[in-house]
Amino acid sequence: MKILLVGNPNVGKSALFSRLTGVDVVISNYSGTTVEYKKGVMKLGREKAEVIDVPGTYSLEAASKAEEVAIDMIKEGEIVVNVVDVTNLERNLYLTLQLLEKNIPVIVALNFWNETKHCGIEVDVKKLEKLLDIPVIPTVAITAEGVKALVKNIKNAKKHSLKNTDNERWAKIGKIIKQTQKITPKRHTFLQRLEDLTINPLTGIPIAVIVMLSVFYIIRFIGEGLITYVFDPLFGLYLPLMQKLSSILGNGFLHNILIGQLIDGKIDFLQSMGLLTTGLFVPIAMVLPYVLAFYLMLSILEDSGYLPRLSTLVDTIMHKIGLHGLAIIPMMLGAGCNVPGVLGTRILESKRQRFIVITLLSIAIPCMAQTAMLYGLLGKYGIKGLGIVFLTLAIVWIILGIILNKFIKGEIPETFIEITPYRMPKIRILTKKLWWRMKGFMKEAIPYMLLGVIIVNILYIFGVIDIAGEIAAPIVSGIFGLPKEAVASLLVGFLRKDVAVGMLLPLGLTLKQLIIASVVLTMYFPCIATFVIIFKELGLKDTIKSSLIMIVSTLIVGGLLNLIL
Amino acid sequence: MITLEQLPKGKEAVIMGVSAGHGLQNRLCYMNIRTGKTIKKITSQPLRGPVIIEIDSRQCAIGRGMAKKIFVEEK
Repeated sequence: MKILLVGNPNVGKSALFSRLTGVDVVISNYSGTTVEYKKGVMKLGREKAEVIDVPGTYSLEAASKAEEVAIDMIKEGEIVVNVVDVTNLERNLYLTLQLLEKNIPVIVALNFWNETKHCGIEVDVKKLEKLLDIPVIPTVAITAEGVKALVKNIKNAKKHSLKNTDNERWAKIGKIIKQTQKITPKRHTFLQRLEDLTINPLTGIPIAVIVMLSVFYIIRFIGEGLITYVFDPLFGLYLPLMQKLSSILGNGFLHNILIGQLIDGKIDFLQSMGLLTTGLFVPIAMVLPYVLAFYLMLSILEDSGYLPRLSTLVDTIMHKIGLHGLAIIPMMLGAGCNVPGVLGTRILESKRQRFIVITLLSIAIPCMAQTAMLYGLLGKYGIKGLGIVFLTLAIVWIILGIILNKFIKGEIPETFIEITPYRMPKIRILTKKLWWRMKGFMKEAIPYMLLGVIIVNILYIFGVIDIAGEIAAPIVSGIFGLPKEAVASLLVGFLRKDVAVGMLLPLGLTLKQLIIASVVLTMYFPCIATFVIIFKELGLKDTIKSSLIMIVSTLIVGGLLNLIL
Repeated sequence: MITLEQLPKGKEAVIMGVSAGHGLQNRLCYMNIRTGKTIKKITSQPLRGPVIIEIDSRQCAIGRGMAKKIFVEEK
């Protein structure tokens, strides 16, 4: 049996999904967290049922890619659990009525039931059940309240094939609301006052600047703290162990692969390039602390409901580069890892917008893993090092955005952002989401990292790097002014950008060369994991187009930096 | 009758009609922004940015172009 969870965006479908199936999925407090359907299995009596978490949709007519996915899914379902936000009943019922026209069994989960009280809303569930003529179960998905009752009643789902026009639907909804819902006007709460303060430009813009700066500093603070007080000491204990192993192994192939090269007779975790040294040190001691800090802050922003407000405030600026304010969300996801960033572009309505965001994202937004390494490489030069790199990327982001907006045909659709109410982030959900994302990072980063280290060693052993260096010398040395050994780093950059940045260290580059290499590494091409997702999202033609833009802009920017600096 | 764009900040109004193509009307409609509903204009973003309205005690950002096509009667 196939059970579909269908409902408006941000009504708690994913929370319910993870309650029903035990499968962890990312849930947040903004519309369009789920852009891809997710499948899981639940027990229904003795049977097993497949549960599908469908992206949120306002109606059964598609306006965005995520909604298209939703509508296609409904055609395949056998039972629909229509998740309804009880605090916004009138609007939610529109989709319910549309579902009742599809001749498919429907049951309603009246979610956010716990919020009715403080919203001053009373809903007569029995009456609603009678009027809709389908089972209606109040639920609180994040605390599991009512979920058992929902499961018990799934078999009672009832199908209808009503025929209504638009106006008839709204007329019906009006009648239902009148008979089942009572709203007592409530006083302005603290959160509502905060809603007004953060959306009014006069107060909202300064608050946005403060929020983003704080986020940046907190990430740095947590990341640095973890490195200094946890991971550096940890690897300090690990070092003697590796020294011993090194002397046992002696010289030879195995030593080269596991421990790598000795620098001045000692292991250097950053430069040795062995599986057990650099291969573990870079992802765990240099990248992980920042990734952890980043996802903690992102999760808080997501769950509080601040992101839609930020999107609204930046909407005007984003329009200049052909985008909606909402495009800030995939960009921010991309600053963590470009893969979810690219997937996140599905909340945008047009193919054109998705192309622009994906191209800008892969060119000018380094992922957290790379940023952490850049910080390690250039941090000590301060504004003159890291500052120039990020300033360059920001300028590229703006100018390229303006150019793409000019030359890619099509209009920017009107802004339309649902601003979800503020909610206090729940610690349980935060930690779960953080754990889930960190697990994803470890699964993704460490194997690729180790593979990268092995490939580097093999390429060196067979002299491939030298040959590639000769071939690429006109570009790498001629245009970018880098030594031809930097080619090795650019090659590995396809696999993992963080290892690639680390490989610049032993080359003894000047500050100018470090800056150029960092910018080029960020811009020239996304890592392989991102590239695969881009290909899936954009298709062959647009992927080629996007890749050409990446290569050309890298040549121009890298060359210019070489001239100017 | 004025447009939503002209409606002063902080004022409540009733939607009298939407003069737009089918697609846009539908989109607004699915969000419950339709003739007869009462809305409140919270603010509008500078430099022709979106207009923020409150409907059914939910906030929503609507592009200027769209706001010009929504006709309202101040309460």
